[in-house]
Amino acid sequence: MELLERFAAGDLEAFEALFREHHKEVYAWIVRIVRDHGIAEDLTVEAFWRIYRARDRFEPAGNFRAWARRIATNASLDHLRTARRETELAEDLASAGTSDPAVRREARERIRKAFQELPPKYRLVATLALIEEEPYNNIAEAVGISIALVKVRVFRAVRMLRKKLNSLGVEVNAK
Amino acid sequence: MSNEENNKGMKKLLKQAIAPAPDTELRRDLWPQMLRKLEEQRATVISVPWFDWALAAILSAVLVFFPGSIPALLYHL
Repeated sequence: MELLERFAAGDLEAFEALFREHHKEVYAWIVRIVRDHGIAEDLTVEAFWRIYRARDRFEPAGNFRAWARRIATNASLDHLRTARRETELAEDLASAGTSDPAVRREARERIRKAFQELPPKYRLVATLALIEEEPYNNIAEAVGISIALVKVRVFRAVRMLRKKLNSLGVEVNAK
Repeated sequence: MSNEENNKGMKKLLKQAIAPAPDTELRRDLWPQMLRKLEEQRATVISVPWFDWALAAILSAVLVFFPGSIPALLYHL
């Protein structure tokens, strides 16, 4: 019996093999969304727990990697929803690589604050599309929506951010 | 202003404040944590609180020693 069939039948060894094969990739995806290593570790375990629980709904002929990424995205989105107010962007992930001296610390704080205040489903798509520069088709597959809807969410997120930043006195140039 | 131009300006601004995740490598084995989670969840599913067992025992005793109470019980269900 193939590994995926054994997993779907509830074989723990098959699940362990799949976990070991995919968990680093799942973690890397989650940490790009939640931007905190500790939370990403917990969410990786949570995502695989959901995967294990839903094993009888998995079609062994299907794409496990894509399925796992979608479940990981949902787990991350649930986290963004529940921990919206408590979670601040970790400093090392938030400002590392900032090289423009013209952007002052205060302005950066305002931008981060405005970004934090985006509704979770927009923040998720905006993080992946605008910060991580993930292709739209990958985002669509992971979130389980069409590419057109990803574009709509990015557009709305940018509009919300622009409005918020203007009210905070941060100017957004087109180029 | 087109969507692309709109996004470009925002991307540039966001990247100055929030850098892409620089390090996405996992440095420790999460399988032990995964196993603990599986064990915990399994225990939660299997374990039945003691008072549920006590209630079931009392109900069984009543039904065995006072079979006349069965119609009354069924009526109230």
